Amino acid sequence: MSYLPYALAVWIFLCGLFGVVTSRSLVHLVVCLSVAQSSTYVLLLSIGYVDRAGAPIFADVPKGTRAVDPVVQALTLTDVVVSVTVVGLLLALTIQAKKEAGTTDPDKLASMHG
Amino acid sequence: MSRFLRIALFAPSAAGLGALLLWSAAGLPDFGHYHHAYGRILNASAQSERHVTNVVGSVVFDYRGFDTLGEEFILFAAVMGLALLLREIDDRRPQPREQVDSDALRLLGVGLAAALLVLGLDVVAHGYLTPGGGFQGGVIVASAFLLLYLALGYRGFRVLTPRSGVDFVEGAGAGGYAVIGIASMLLGAAYLHNFGPLGTSGKLAAGGSIPFLNVASALEVSAAFVLLYTEFLEELAAVPVRA
Repeated sequence: MSYLPYALAVWIFLCGLFGVVTSRSLVHLVVCLSVAQSSTYVLLLSIGYVDRAGAPIFADVPKGTRAVDPVVQALTLTDVVVSVTVVGLLLALTIQAKKEAGTTDPDKLASMHG
Repeated sequence: MSRFLRIALFAPSAAGLGALLLWSAAGLPDFGHYHHAYGRILNASAQSERHVTNVVGSVVFDYRGFDTLGEEFILFAAVMGLALLLREIDDRRPQPREQVDSDALRLLGVGLAAALLVLGLDVVAHGYLTPGGGFQGGVIVASAFLLLYLALGYRGFRVLTPRSGVDFVEGAGAGGYAVIGIASMLLGAAYLHNFGPLGTSGKLAAGGSIPFLNVASALEVSAAFVLLYTEFLEELAAVPVRA
């Protein structure tokens, strides 16, 4: 069972991808994309996990306490920031698409020309 | 493409992709048996080297501070792009219905916003000691301003977050981070290398240049999010003034 967290990350990623493929609205599509991206948080954090270890914060614990890997946690922080900026930009594009084409349905947008 | 056809195409390719990903996951170290040296070395030495207790904070603002510079500018560029997409050239005026009429709601909202602001500043200030930091605290600070929108309406929100001020804070945060890096070069070290007195571990005055980078990123993140909220709220609450 020690690979279960990685399998969970794969499952979340595929769920997000399914939502993107079958989406009927750009807002829904953006949310599904962020679901797909959240699988990378699960993957990063589960790679850095150490059995019976605490957070890598040594404010209240004696020195030398087992702690999980701080580097992947910092990478996850970057990941979250990138995810938020991507969501913000895509939602802005959605607003523009709605203004220009009057719809947020990707299928109807695809049939528009010019 | 019809919906059925799309799902019919997606199902086998997703199954294939899932199988490949699971196969590659099987090559990863067992869950809970992490063997990389980098993290263990940092956990063992960051506290004595840098006098900070949050090792994640020291990774973000010191050991991998250069990554964070890139991260800050990703946020900066994305918010600029968003403003370019949404900002209209003509002036905008709040819609007449964009007002909060209930005094109780206003009072409660402003009180909660003040509490949230203090919480955000606390999370920023102790970022390198306890869980938190410039990014997390910056988002909380920006949420306090969003609460002000709920309490005071669009007009009040815009009065409290003047565009030139928010732009200045965002630029100062992103630019300040880069300038602190240059300061360590002037002192003869590598770009963004830690400098300054390390102080006492567990106290606010600790960590050399980490607190300064922490504050710079907090300024950048909070202003970027306030700008982001402003652009979206403008779409919602303001109408262009027709000349």
